[in-house]
Amino acid sequence: MATVTILGKELAVDADGNLANLSDWNEDIAREMAAQDGIPNLTSQHWAILNYMRKVFEKEGSAPSIRRLTKESGVDTKTLYQLFPKGPAKRAAKIAGLPKPVGCI
Amino acid sequence: MKHLLILGGGTAGTMMANKLAPVLNAREWQVTIVDNTEEHYYQPGFLFVPFGGYRLQDIVKPRRQYLPAGVKLVVSSIDHIEADKNKVVLGDQSILPYDYLIIATGADIHPEQTEGLVDDEWGKTKFDFYTPRGAELLAQFLKGWQGGKLVVNPIEMPIKCPVAPLEFLFLADAYFTERGIRDKVELNLVTPLSGAFTKPKASQILGDLLGRKRINVTPDFGLARVDSKEKKLVGWDDTEVGYDLLVSVPTNMGDPCIGRSGLGDELNYVATDKQTLLAKGLENVFVIGDATNLPSSKAGSVVHFQSEILFENFLEHIDKRPMPARFDGHTNCFIESGFGKGLLIDFNYETEPLPGEFPLPGVGPFSLLQESSMNHYGKLMFRWVYWNVLLRGLELPIGSAMSMAGKRV
Ligand SMILES: Cc1cc2nc3c(=O)[nH]c(=O)nc-3n(C[C@H](O)[C@H](O)[C@H](O)COP(=O)(O)OP(=O)(O)OC[C@H]3O[C@@H](n4cnc5c(N)ncnc54)[C@H](O)[C@@H]3O)c2cc1C
Repeated sequence: MATVTILGKELAVDADGNLANLSDWNEDIAREMAAQDGIPNLTSQHWAILNYMRKVFEKEGSAPSIRRLTKESGVDTKTLYQLFPKGPAKRAAKIAGLPKPVGCI
Repeated sequence: MKHLLILGGGTAGTMMANKLAPVLNAREWQVTIVDNTEEHYYQPGFLFVPFGGYRLQDIVKPRRQYLPAGVKLVVSSIDHIEADKNKVVLGDQSILPYDYLIIATGADIHPEQTEGLVDDEWGKTKFDFYTPRGAELLAQFLKGWQGGKLVVNPIEMPIKCPVAPLEFLFLADAYFTERGIRDKVELNLVTPLSGAFTKPKASQILGDLLGRKRINVTPDFGLARVDSKEKKLVGWDDTEVGYDLLVSVPTNMGDPCIGRSGLGDELNYVATDKQTLLAKGLENVFVIGDATNLPSSKAGSVVHFQSEILFENFLEHIDKRPMPARFDGHTNCFIESGFGKGLLIDFNYETEPLPGEFPLPGVGPFSLLQESSMNHYGKLMFRWVYWNVLLRGLELPIGSAMSMAGKRV
């Protein structure tokens, strides 16, 4: 399995480059992954999305799609694209330490 | 008398009727199937209609003709399911009770979900090829088209047959080349994915193929609205892509009757157990095919593999024995790549599409993730296989569980 080095730790990643082990994740790692991904500053709005995604994942075993994010997180699609440009669901999932949402299959 | 009710008489519903009716004791069981139309379309054929490869009459058959004797076909719309009362309410409010239910209502396109997509220009400069009507209108349009910028845009994942947008572009490349106007046509894929396909290895190989065929890719494009006057796609981040001809793959959703039943997710797909195919939280309802929320592709081949699992599980479950079969997400898709060639991908929940030979290592006859004319014949043969093997519920020489034999990691 491939690995990446984040904050000096070597972490296993899946074929999409997302963290392979949920337990490797913490908030510092999230900040670092976001920065490497071109989001230098995680605001409270970012965190609201990331926490919501982790909550859904814990309950259901998969990360929510962007359509569900819009419907349930209270943040509209346009804002989601501003927070996580180019692909809010897949980028937020990655920063939240989750596998790619299944809707992307 | 016990009632097995099957909702939807498409690929999955027809297969299950053909598998189960012969083995369920006719004195104990009545099998009923509900669908709102008499015509059964071979949907993979829609891809070839715009290019004159098939006419609609080549890919449609009477639904009844594919159902076994003894199975009752009710031609009616389904209004909703009342799962707590074991009954289904039809469009005219009549009621069908059931002991066991199989939901096989599939998925369909919903262009109305996107701002500006359905207006006066829909069917004139903007088309779909996922419906008989859309494919036919596009065929008429393409015949007279003298060139310009063609944009293929799947709006939102998941879609039925996720490789269909790529196949459309490969076939367009061949079609315009044969018409001698390829230089006048700019071919573009504008996709919400980060590349050509959903899985990394296939994405890279298919991406290279797109490049070689001079097909441009705009990845990570989230469509907010279509501006028909200015002929452009506008993204959520305000980026714009102009077009002369838009071939849209609108948002795919499960049937609205699923939403009305309170059984749907945000896209009206039914929460389904990944392995047993039982509807989550319901003991006497199974789900199969495009109607499920499973992370496997929405494709006829997947329905076939699922049908074997569902068949085994159903027969044990009705006798209150544990369900033995486990669906592994097996998917097998021919990808038409134009000029008499094709590719093949074979994968499951865990293993992404890999190069190699299929089904026999070193022998094939099909090659995985590599162009060959054999794969193209496989695709053409699929229409015959669909009507004569798959729908009849017969077995193929390919197991429902994916095999690693012949695959190169
Ligand atoms: C353009 C295109 C190309 C494709 N190419 C391929 C390919 O190459 N290979 C492949 O394997 N697959 C391909 N597919 C996918 C394949 O056709 C589907 O995955 C398959 O048909 C799904 O079967 P299903 O039974 O789940 O749904 P369907 O076959 O769509 O059946 C659903 C049925 O339910 C009925 N129904 C739904 N709601 C109601 C209601 N409320 N009331 C009454 N009836 C209702 C519908 O009328 C329909 O008959 C393609 C699909 C498209 C659109």
